[in-house]
Amino acid sequence: VKTAASTAADATVDKTMTMRDAVAEYVHDGDTVALEGFTHLIPTAAGHEIIRQGRRNLTLVRMTADIVADQMLAAGCLTTLVSSFVGNSSAGSLGELRRRVERASPEPLVFEEYSHYGMICRYLAGAQRLPFYPLRSYGGSQLPEVNSALRKVTSPYPGPDGESEDIYVVPPVNPDVAIIHAQRADRGGNTQIWGLTGVQAEAVYASRKAIVVVEEVAADEVIRSDPNRTLVPSHAVDAVVECPRGAHPSFAQGYYDRDNAFYRAWSDISKDEERLTEWLREWVYGTRDHAEYVEKLGAEFWEGLAVGEAMSLPVNYGRRL
Amino acid sequence: MTAPASSSRAGASAGAGQDSERNDHVGAVTSSELLSVVASRELAGKRTVFAGIGLPTLATSLANRTVAPRLEVVYESGVCGAHPSHLPETIADAVLITGAEAVLPMPTLFGSVLQGGHIDVGFLGAAQIDKWGNLNSSVIGDWHRPKVRLPGSGGAAEVMANSREVFVVMRRHDPRSLTAHLDFCTSPGPDRALADGIRPLGAGVTRVITELGILARAGVGEELRLIAVHPGVSVDDVRAKTGWDLLVDDEVSVTEQPSAEELSLLREEVDPERVYLR
Repeated sequence: VKTAASTAADATVDKTMTMRDAVAEYVHDGDTVALEGFTHLIPTAAGHEIIRQGRRNLTLVRMTADIVADQMLAAGCLTTLVSSFVGNSSAGSLGELRRRVERASPEPLVFEEYSHYGMICRYLAGAQRLPFYPLRSYGGSQLPEVNSALRKVTSPYPGPDGESEDIYVVPPVNPDVAIIHAQRADRGGNTQIWGLTGVQAEAVYASRKAIVVVEEVAADEVIRSDPNRTLVPSHAVDAVVECPRGAHPSFAQGYYDRDNAFYRAWSDISKDEERLTEWLREWVYGTRDHAEYVEKLGAEFWEGLAVGEAMSLPVNYGRRL
Repeated sequence: MTAPASSSRAGASAGAGQDSERNDHVGAVTSSELLSVVASRELAGKRTVFAGIGLPTLATSLANRTVAPRLEVVYESGVCGAHPSHLPETIADAVLITGAEAVLPMPTLFGSVLQGGHIDVGFLGAAQIDKWGNLNSSVIGDWHRPKVRLPGSGGAAEVMANSREVFVVMRRHDPRSLTAHLDFCTSPGPDRALADGIRPLGAGVTRVITELGILARAGVGEELRLIAVHPGVSVDDVRAKTGWDLLVDDEVSVTEQPSAEELSLLREEVDPERVYLR
């Protein structure tokens, strides 16, 4: 029996917004904000807009607190950081983060330190509304001494040898808003990511609101031609922001490559407080939005990060004859 | 496991005069080249390796072409069975993804692959290591007001807890890096886990490859001991540069020089632009 399902597409709710409006509506002073994207698809443009709008007293939840975290720290947006890696990839240090942690300069930072899987389990517990999530890390670690959220419980079940078993657990995290970057989504927020998918889906489901920033808004039939590629369905998404090249200096698989030179340069820029302030003034406060930032970098620059084609082969989803 | 098969036995005064031999057939061997070659030999017979970028990339790529053709490298970013067209610059380099056999979400990678016990060897680096193979990658100084804030665990705590064994590569071998007391324990080995009432899954660190030689331990209850020195290095040098009273194996060997084949693979195929062979 054929149904009227084909007409459902016409009912797609349009959640597209400008970055300015999305940040104004969903990111407030004092919020807990998750920015996820593991080296790939880092929502940098969203971080810059949070800086432009002068948000204060944010708690940033981010597994790999790298350049965008350092920039938000330097702009005075963050009082608390929840993270499992605070470094500039393998390219050096984060100058502002180190000043905040090592010298409490210009002010102290509350740093809640985890390991990667500890962060992943916090998102999983948050997404599934569980009271905690167990993991086989932290036995003998000193992290529980400096982070009281890491706690040990006794399993209600016997271990493989019949004896009782202790295990560490982490608490859920439920950010006020999650912001992720993706290759494409439809207007309703059905979000497709390929390449590294990280922990983005869990971060979205753990959060009360979600902004998806995309390289391009795609037609409904493009998304629905390949539903397995949809990592985050529209019911979990509140805003869709089209922002090409919004993950720079990180990369978007199939769209543009990583700006490794900028990662290397950041260690020097951030080491010097004045240089860092000047960088923010020129590239964040000095640009109206990300489109202007992209334009300021120039066509020749983007040519240098261009990637060639490596198309996947289509699969047959089949249809009822 | 005992000393690597490729090592030769050494007398008490290991290594004198080895430098000239090294220069004969292959030109001067850099520290990075030596560490990569030594680490690659240790991967003989291994199937799955969890590796980061840098020296582990060189060691696994070389092992792939020599002692471990079926070696599968799993990256923290979620990539399994990568076939990169170029040497990757990060664990998430786009060249690792294009043409890879699988790309997994992080909960699957850390939960099912790593914690599920599918990794034979985890490769780790650290700022500090102690004689039980516990690692510090968080801070130098006090955690609350550190002299130097380091990146932290990343996935190192999980690699340590869940890999069957762990190889550590230390570019620097001095009493501050190989220390009696860690400033902070980020990635505990199985002995510390047991003392905390947690049953460890793996053996912890079994090999430490440094600029001076190779340290080894088999698992729980064992300290690291010196099993090999690199050419031109004496046992006394290593003991003097280690921050604890280092145990020395009864049969310390001298690391066999990188062969002409190993070096040409490393220099011409694995890293021709010398990205990591600096």
